[in-house]
Amino acid sequence: MNFEFAEEQMMLRDQARGLLQDHCPPAVVRRVLDTDELYAADLWRTMAEMGWTATTIPEEYGGLGLSYLELAVIAEELGRAAAPVPFSSSVYLATEALMLAGSKAQKAEWLPKLASGEIVATFAYAEGGGQPSADRLETVARKGQLSGTKPVVADAPIAQVAVVVAASDKGDGATMYLVPLDQDGVTLEPIATVDPTRPHAHLVLNNADAERLGADGQGWRMLQSILDRAAVLFAWEQLGGSDACLDMAKEYALGRYAFGRPIASYQAIKHKLADMYVKNTLARSNAYFGAWALNTNADELPLAAATARVGSTQAYYYASKENIQTHGGMGYTWEFDCQFYYRRSKLLAVAIGSEHLWQEKLIKAARSAHAA
Amino acid sequence: MDFEDSAAEAQFRTEARSWLKANVPSRKDLEGLDAMARAKRWQKTKADAGWACIRWPAEYGGRDANAIQQVILNQEEAKVDSPETGVFSIGQGMAAPTLMTWANEDDKRRFLPRLASGEDIWCQLFSEPAGGSDLAALRTKAEKDGDEWVINGQKIWTSGAHYSDWGILVVRTDPTVAKHKGLTYFYVDMKSPGIEIKPIRQLSGDANFNEVYFTDVRIPDSQRLGEIGQGWQVSLTTLMNERASIGAGGGGVNFNALAELAETVHIGDDLAIEDSAVRSKLASWYVQEAGLKYTAYRTLSALSRGAIPGPENSIGKLVGAVKSQDMASFAMDLLEQEGIVRDKAFDDQFGALFQDTYMAIPGLRIAGGTDEIMANIIAERVLGLPQEPRMDKGIPFNEVPTGS
Repeated sequence: MNFEFAEEQMMLRDQARGLLQDHCPPAVVRRVLDTDELYAADLWRTMAEMGWTATTIPEEYGGLGLSYLELAVIAEELGRAAAPVPFSSSVYLATEALMLAGSKAQKAEWLPKLASGEIVATFAYAEGGGQPSADRLETVARKGQLSGTKPVVADAPIAQVAVVVAASDKGDGATMYLVPLDQDGVTLEPIATVDPTRPHAHLVLNNADAERLGADGQGWRMLQSILDRAAVLFAWEQLGGSDACLDMAKEYALGRYAFGRPIASYQAIKHKLADMYVKNTLARSNAYFGAWALNTNADELPLAAATARVGSTQAYYYASKENIQTHGGMGYTWEFDCQFYYRRSKLLAVAIGSEHLWQEKLIKAARSAHAA
Repeated sequence: MDFEDSAAEAQFRTEARSWLKANVPSRKDLEGLDAMARAKRWQKTKADAGWACIRWPAEYGGRDANAIQQVILNQEEAKVDSPETGVFSIGQGMAAPTLMTWANEDDKRRFLPRLASGEDIWCQLFSEPAGGSDLAALRTKAEKDGDEWVINGQKIWTSGAHYSDWGILVVRTDPTVAKHKGLTYFYVDMKSPGIEIKPIRQLSGDANFNEVYFTDVRIPDSQRLGEIGQGWQVSLTTLMNERASIGAGGGGVNFNALAELAETVHIGDDLAIEDSAVRSKLASWYVQEAGLKYTAYRTLSALSRGAIPGPENSIGKLVGAVKSQDMASFAMDLLEQEGIVRDKAFDDQFGALFQDTYMAIPGLRIAGGTDEIMANIIAERVLGLPQEPRMDKGIPFNEVPTGS
């Protein structure tokens, strides 16, 4: 049994953690939160120089050709730092979509730029409130041009290109397209969200030039595959955030005195932190299995991804809210950093489908695994 | 990252598998034997061939094997239909490690091989009516009389006391010093005059535990483990092993059983499994179950590279017990009015699994450290948080308030 990261992945994790401590301290998150700055562009450049945006892109397209275990390790550290960068949109989703569905020419055009970090890509599939479905897509393609609205697109204000899922009258009812965002047919209206450290926009397409990505009428099936893969990486990022919350809550509880002793000595607080530890530990174990399934492209991937995703979503929500609670009144202030994680936990929780949606996927996958 | 055996592990697995295959008793071999006789027979067969208590040194009846080899043997034994040997678990899992650490060489040679072979069964005489989670508050007293000690008092929750040959025992030898300092650790012959054993009937209706009364029971000083007053330290050796072995227990209701039920019963016009609320709950339990399974895999991986797992092992019982309880309770709700039926004759499909689990789990959440104590262990030993201040600290035991 060797259900652990290897030495080189542990080294990468230490390196990533160190780099983010230097280049993404809480002051950087706060700068983006407090100002008009849309993201930490300086941090993004540093990450790109380190090759993080190139991690799993094949070497022939300017990438490093490393495994998903390396990407999982980086994701965890980005979550720990609550890094205000478009990594999940650009790397877990758009880059994956290109690698999965792109033609040779499309890969050759886009992957080297994504690998080097010179462009940011995003991913737009949902329309309107509630769970997305192919039947309800109203974005349509006519003669290679897209029209429609994607109401909430993460990182769109800083992206140069978007992967857009549009309706199709063929196959599974959807087709993916690549849409350059700097064109007349595209309007972006910034919108306020609970997490201003990651910019979001209302994306309106009005006969926007678009290039088909993958086969017509197979977009919904490919979307599920992209989401399964991304779910594992989201789970790692969420886990990093949950762990950071536990660390913060622990440090505060050890230093804060009430009634003549550290609040960390009260069982009400100890048990809360023990609960966080337990949830984080189980979530981590599920994230390990998810990383293994993603990396080996195992048949178990849909079940492993849903399990990792639900576990991390639950753990991060619990840790981020109880971290505020442990800090008491100061935890609710703008001045304290607890808010970063409370905001980010919800952003990541709904970004590729909520806990409920992934629970549904989990049961479907578990039943088909059982029937097989 | 993979789930494969190393070459050495694979070789050991093959060896264990072929020995088990050749030596597991057939149904016919076991005919007419009760559970105890079956257990003793199988344990002796294993011990004679060097497959019992394999992590122990060979000179004490073991095989000098490592932790991962023990796990491999357990996995392989689980695949064959071998007799249940749980009656030996307290002796082998708790008394033996304590003897290994604290007994003299003669006692180790005298007792350990008989523990390995199942010839002797041991029980644990720790908890008392006045000392549960606060074990060190125990009151059973021992007074020195020449080369002997005279024991008076009462123990409780003693599994298997009625069929045990020996017991490990912690008693108070000095009530005038602070709580933890006045304890001493012995082993005792369970057939000693003055020991009286009374079964405790649990709320499940079963009787797995006993009260054990001591009236002027005499124990030779040579049966002391550790120094006089060092009993707490010796007890910690036992307790660490208790948590490790109870933590390993899973069983009871699991995802597959509950999913199977949900595919049988209806909510409205549809099967329960189609109900969104049912699916959501099932998914969360699946996540916990998978989390425990893969946490165990991580522990095994640590063992495989020679590391020692820490107190994070406490998670298994803490999460697993209440999860089974909640799942059993939910299953009974899904069955509506029939949910209360606990009659194997009326339940071909599950054999009263949900009802038995519902009735058994309250005990598991308390045995071997309550949920609250397990949470304290995680908070203190894993996260490094301070203990609650203690009112009895530094006070002579006989001056500590007791409420009775």
